[in-house]
Amino acid sequence: MNTEMLGIIATYLITLIIAIPLGKYLAKVFAGERSWTDFLYPIENFIYKLSGINPKEQMNWKQHMKAMLTINSVWLVYGFFVLLYQDKLPLNPDGNPGMTPDLSFNTIISFVVNCNLQHYSGETGVSYLTQHFVLMFLHFTSAATGIAAAVVFFKAFRDKNATNLGNFWEFFVKSITRLLLPLSIVIALTLAFNGTPTSYKGKDQFISMQGDTVNVSRGPAAQMIAIKHLGTNGGGWFGANSAQPLENPNYLTNMVEAISQVIIPIAMVLAFGFFIRRKRLAWMIFGVMTVGMFLLLIPTLTSELGGNSAIAKMGISQATGAMEGKEVRFGPTATAYWSTITTIISTGSVNGMHDSTMPLTGLLQMLGMMINSFYGGCGVGLLNYFIYLIIAVFISGLMVGRTPEFLGHKVEAREVKIAALITLLSPFLILAGTALASYVFTKSPNADWAVKAANWLNNPGFHGFSEMLYEYTSSNANNGSGFEGLGDNNIWWNVSTGFVLILGRFLPIIGPVAIAGLLAQKKYIPESAGTLKADTLTFSLMTFAIIVVLNALSYFPALALGPIAEYFTILK
Amino acid sequence: MKKYILQSIRLTVVLMVLLCVIYPLLVAFAGKLSKGQGDGETVNLNGKVVGYALIGQSFSKPEYFWGRPSAVGYNAAGSAGSNKGPSNPDYLKDINNRIDTLITYHPYLNRSDIPADLVTASGSGLDPDISVQAADIQVKRVAEQRKIDEGKVRELVQRNTTSPLFNLFGPSHVNVLELNIALDKISK
Repeated sequence: MNTEMLGIIATYLITLIIAIPLGKYLAKVFAGERSWTDFLYPIENFIYKLSGINPKEQMNWKQHMKAMLTINSVWLVYGFFVLLYQDKLPLNPDGNPGMTPDLSFNTIISFVVNCNLQHYSGETGVSYLTQHFVLMFLHFTSAATGIAAAVVFFKAFRDKNATNLGNFWEFFVKSITRLLLPLSIVIALTLAFNGTPTSYKGKDQFISMQGDTVNVSRGPAAQMIAIKHLGTNGGGWFGANSAQPLENPNYLTNMVEAISQVIIPIAMVLAFGFFIRRKRLAWMIFGVMTVGMFLLLIPTLTSELGGNSAIAKMGISQATGAMEGKEVRFGPTATAYWSTITTIISTGSVNGMHDSTMPLTGLLQMLGMMINSFYGGCGVGLLNYFIYLIIAVFISGLMVGRTPEFLGHKVEAREVKIAALITLLSPFLILAGTALASYVFTKSPNADWAVKAANWLNNPGFHGFSEMLYEYTSSNANNGSGFEGLGDNNIWWNVSTGFVLILGRFLPIIGPVAIAGLLAQKKYIPESAGTLKADTLTFSLMTFAIIVVLNALSYFPALALGPIAEYFTILK
Repeated sequence: MKKYILQSIRLTVVLMVLLCVIYPLLVAFAGKLSKGQGDGETVNLNGKVVGYALIGQSFSKPEYFWGRPSAVGYNAAGSAGSNKGPSNPDYLKDINNRIDTLITYHPYLNRSDIPADLVTASGSGLDPDISVQAADIQVKRVAEQRKIDEGKVRELVQRNTTSPLFNLFGPSHVNVLELNIALDKISK
């Protein structure tokens, strides 16, 4: 077996070795049981005191969602103005300009919702103040928002009946103090000692060996890159994200960054099992997600390692695989692995350019984001999966002719309606967005915007269509990666994806939490012989089938017009 | 509702101190102990800074080893890939031209000797490395240009090859800047 393949196998195994105990730990922390990080309690207490919060105050699911939406709104308003006026604020050694209102609108929403679609370039588009006090701040807090929402969901199923589901602020603060911040410190130090800059100095200049004058962007990047992965955010310091050598210096840092983005999504699934004392259920969910991941990963590997068939015809050697948009120090295997994990868990950071990957790889990247629950983002991955699960419960219930129930609570019309609406939301946002953009592209190519519609696409034909489809898919999934050839810093893309981002974030959080909250208030029905058991292999297969069918029905036509069509053009 | 707004604002301010001041300063302080003191590690030749260790730079003169094509001309203040799709006809034409250029400078090469990394743009536009094969095929040209023994140049390539992590994980690769510095040192 070659060293590139060994590299990704080791990466995945280390991920599991860390994620499993982390899941157990998180369940304890959020249940308020004893854990070895209890020494941090005084710090948390201090934070509560300064913020006027009583962590013992109980909230029902609606209050939880209100608290979440309130604090998220505060960040939206605050961040919007900082981005707009960053040129007049301190910590801007490179003298970068303020953002236009539409770019600021897009960027702030994008970071609040844990997406990190970046229509600017890090080196020239933001100040150090923005990078840390807005973007990195939101890296922490948007991840903590997702985790806290998932814990509310956990709470709903821990006891047989529950109206009081704990305190949102407590879950939120603990996500940061017990999880995100300590691990970020470790990761940031690892990056720092492998070459990622940490100081606040601005651009440097040197004369290269051939006599060219070169400017080098720098800055306190390691701090941000750590949480960018850990919190499944993805928005990097430099324009080329984790392909940029300062952002991801070597194979070791590449492994660290790849591992750190997957541990929390996996740990949260397992934490669910420990928390509600149904470990088998969590392992079953983990199993479905893992199978899903490998079904996306293996063809991605084959497609990338096979190289570009159009280049193969030119007679050169593609010994390790397709190299356009990739870095030699990682190689195509590690880049293919990264492209799968970053799209299934909604990180959206890249260590190679997705726009230049092979057509089938692009297809699988989009599919990963459309499904968006094979592990999924920090906390929200499990919530997305729960929607599929409710649909599966409902359909299975119909098939056997019984009232559907989940963990001892009857699933009735109201819950199923919510689940159905959330399921329909994704295809609606993605397909309607792409359709509108295609319409504008063909009907008013010369509209007077910063980038004319005619110049949006970096590639002609089917691949150009994929660039638009990818952008809305990524926005809806709160992923943030892109087919970056798309000329997206103009009013159309900034505004339209802004709306997709915000709807694609909060409705898929509120929906599952609402369902869980409603179920938890219902009378508990003890399990009997006739109960549909959610932790069986049969039911897991059923859920998997639901995921496949729903997504195939929703997206196959659009995918056929983009990556599938492109695949056949270079095949011949 | 009003209670939540006040709590939100206060919590935001408190967390900002922790996450945007204390945390990054702590890391920046520790970073001072790293090789480049947290500013990024630079490389010297004859007492002058000629580049950053991790950042690739443009090499086009025939007496140097060449790095990969860059979509941004090795602009270290604006990293980016080409974002060309695999089926883009203009892009495929570019690749063909790059192959032809390589063969002009290395008339001894067969097309099948040319590794893809030498004719495709990197993801960052700043890739500091090339594959071992990409270095090997340039040895003869560099040796002829510099009028030094081919074996000596080959040995230099070997010495500047980074093996996989722990000899187990990831690809081998050659840092072009390091290699060219080593080359300049023995030529003088």
